[in-house]
Amino acid sequence: MASLASGPVCPLPRGEHDRVQLGHGSGGKMSAQLLREHFLPRFGNAHLDRLGDGAVVPVEGGEIVLSTDTFVVSPLEFPGGNIGHLAVHGTVNDLAMMGATPRYLSAGFVLEEGLPFDVMDRILDAMAAAATAAGVVVVTGDTKVVDRGKADGMFVNTTGVGILHGGFRPGPTGARPGDAVLVSGPLGRHGMAVMAVREGFSFESEILSDTANLAPLVDGLRTRVGAAVHVLRDATRGGLASALNEIAGAGGVGVELDDGVVPVPGPVQAACEMLGLDPLYVANEGVLVAFVEAGAAPRALEVLRGFPEGAGAAVVGRVVAEHEGMVVLRTGLGGTRVVDMLPGDQLPRIC
Amino acid sequence: MKYLTEYRDPALARSLVERILRVATHRWTLMEVCGGQTHTIVKQGIDEVLADAVEMIHGPGCPVCVTPLEQIDRALHLAARPDVIFTSFGDMLRVPGSRCDLFQIKARGGNVRVVYSPLDALELARGNPDKEVVFFAVGFETTAPANAMAVWRAKQEGVSNFSVLVSHVTVPPAMVAILESPDTRVQGFLAAGHVCTVMGWEEYEPLAGRYQVPIVVTGFEPLDILEGIWMAVRQLEEGRHEVENQYVRSVRREGNRPAQELVSRVFQVVDRGWRGIGVIPASGLGLRPELAAFDAERKFALQSIRAEEPAACRAGDVLRGRMKPFECPAFGTECTPAYPLGAPMVSSEGACAAYYNFGRFRRSAAGD
Repeated sequence: MASLASGPVCPLPRGEHDRVQLGHGSGGKMSAQLLREHFLPRFGNAHLDRLGDGAVVPVEGGEIVLSTDTFVVSPLEFPGGNIGHLAVHGTVNDLAMMGATPRYLSAGFVLEEGLPFDVMDRILDAMAAAATAAGVVVVTGDTKVVDRGKADGMFVNTTGVGILHGGFRPGPTGARPGDAVLVSGPLGRHGMAVMAVREGFSFESEILSDTANLAPLVDGLRTRVGAAVHVLRDATRGGLASALNEIAGAGGVGVELDDGVVPVPGPVQAACEMLGLDPLYVANEGVLVAFVEAGAAPRALEVLRGFPEGAGAAVVGRVVAEHEGMVVLRTGLGGTRVVDMLPGDQLPRIC
Repeated sequence: MKYLTEYRDPALARSLVERILRVATHRWTLMEVCGGQTHTIVKQGIDEVLADAVEMIHGPGCPVCVTPLEQIDRALHLAARPDVIFTSFGDMLRVPGSRCDLFQIKARGGNVRVVYSPLDALELARGNPDKEVVFFAVGFETTAPANAMAVWRAKQEGVSNFSVLVSHVTVPPAMVAILESPDTRVQGFLAAGHVCTVMGWEEYEPLAGRYQVPIVVTGFEPLDILEGIWMAVRQLEEGRHEVENQYVRSVRREGNRPAQELVSRVFQVVDRGWRGIGVIPASGLGLRPELAAFDAERKFALQSIRAEEPAACRAGDVLRGRMKPFECPAFGTECTPAYPLGAPMVSSEGACAAYYNFGRFRRSAAGD
């Protein structure tokens, strides 16, 4: 260990973390570590340990699906949506990924002193409209106000309840060798839309967030593809790469992606090139990943493409029995590379 | 996407690969200087498909990786001061200092901000006159002009709460250090296209002659790199050792004169330490004495902060091409992107991180 002649700046041994860092919220390895070391040891149980987008819990006479999500985004309003859209779509989508039809939501708000009512009302209008469109009812809620500077305008938590349909149970551990890997649309729009506003970038064509209700797509898959759908996951924080790594790890399988078929819109690609970011790790709010039996993949693709949110759906890879827990991309040149989970947030490259 | 997709065409790339494999009579050892090139090579699997014709050694051209530990510790010290807003390019934030990194300082209340340009840092200084705004001016000749511009403007406008912590390095002295090292295996170089966009290639001509190595100024896209390798291999096969320019769409022989003038108005050549390598004479840029007011090292009396590098990290051997990242005993065990021992594991341009992120599968497939 090196010594400092003057004022040690950080009294920690290398690699030790004694407090929360932003990277713990990235959806990458630090997030997983946060859960593993601090949350699961205290709360762990058969439902939670599955680490799905939600939990299937028994109730008298049947089962329901529960899911919760908290929304923090700066700015609150961005091209293509606002935090209100995210708060409804995020939880509705998490329920849908469990195979459930979303029914009820609770909504909790932390409001910052000084938040203009017109901004708040626009967000609430968006939430109400998104809930109506998704067929969910906000049945209970809560508001708290904190001092100016203690919240980024507004934080929102939503918890959702959904109902299951018989045997349709896509789960986080369901991936099997041979499955086709589908995405429902082009990647990276939400993350880059928010970043463009936050950093004051403007690109030739504006990038709009993809925030969307994915429950109709799941409904379509359930009714027309059914049990051949093994895993569903919305590729939110951490992007497609993190979602695939989680699925590969949970299922004990490998995933192979093909370079050149992963759909990335031109403006997103351009923005990522400029900032030195990889679109595979950029957040989406309206893209799902589906692992489907190979034979049913063409049908699943057709189903997804039948919805406006799924018009850009594509088969991007497959599940293999080799390199367990690892996602590998085959380059156009015939080479390969590992698409690992990032430790924390993606860092813009220097040059 | 215009100007990018045409340099990534897989069919053209494969035909270049075949041409290189056909023309190489034996396996040549080339070094790409720049970390951006390393990134493309490993990301696209170029080294893998060319393995029979060339061995690519990844050079010391990642600015994040070669910034000495001492400068990182000084940055951490500054960032922890309550009166300082510390600004940096994003990938410097996870570089480990002796005890922690900038993210940890940030979590403890340090005001650390990622900027995309030193001019954004200057803007922060204008907007926060009650704070000291420090920009971490790292990088090669590529980032020097913009950093020089920020200091120059600060001086002209009298922005006295702005300063820069300088750790600039230059490419040619590092190439000389590699070529003069007795166990060097490098037979040819891909020079860094963006550095040469600023500096031109005149200064490489004496190197090619004196050390009898081909030097090809090369871009960063897959086709650029394959063409650069092709040009270097062709020279080696023909027994030539010249400076050639593959990156013609960006680089001229004389470089960008106004940028060079600005750099020399603000910076002077100094000896500079390189992480893992040590001090290389006349290999860096420091602020000219008349701009000392903008030099964070002097302004905050940081010279007394000294650091020694951890022995387990073999970054120096990796950066000099003596060792492949995965040959390091700490690679992937003690040292990972989540807990990096040395800087090449931190930056996405770093040779170790590039191998860790993109190469693990290949080695597991090869069974080593």
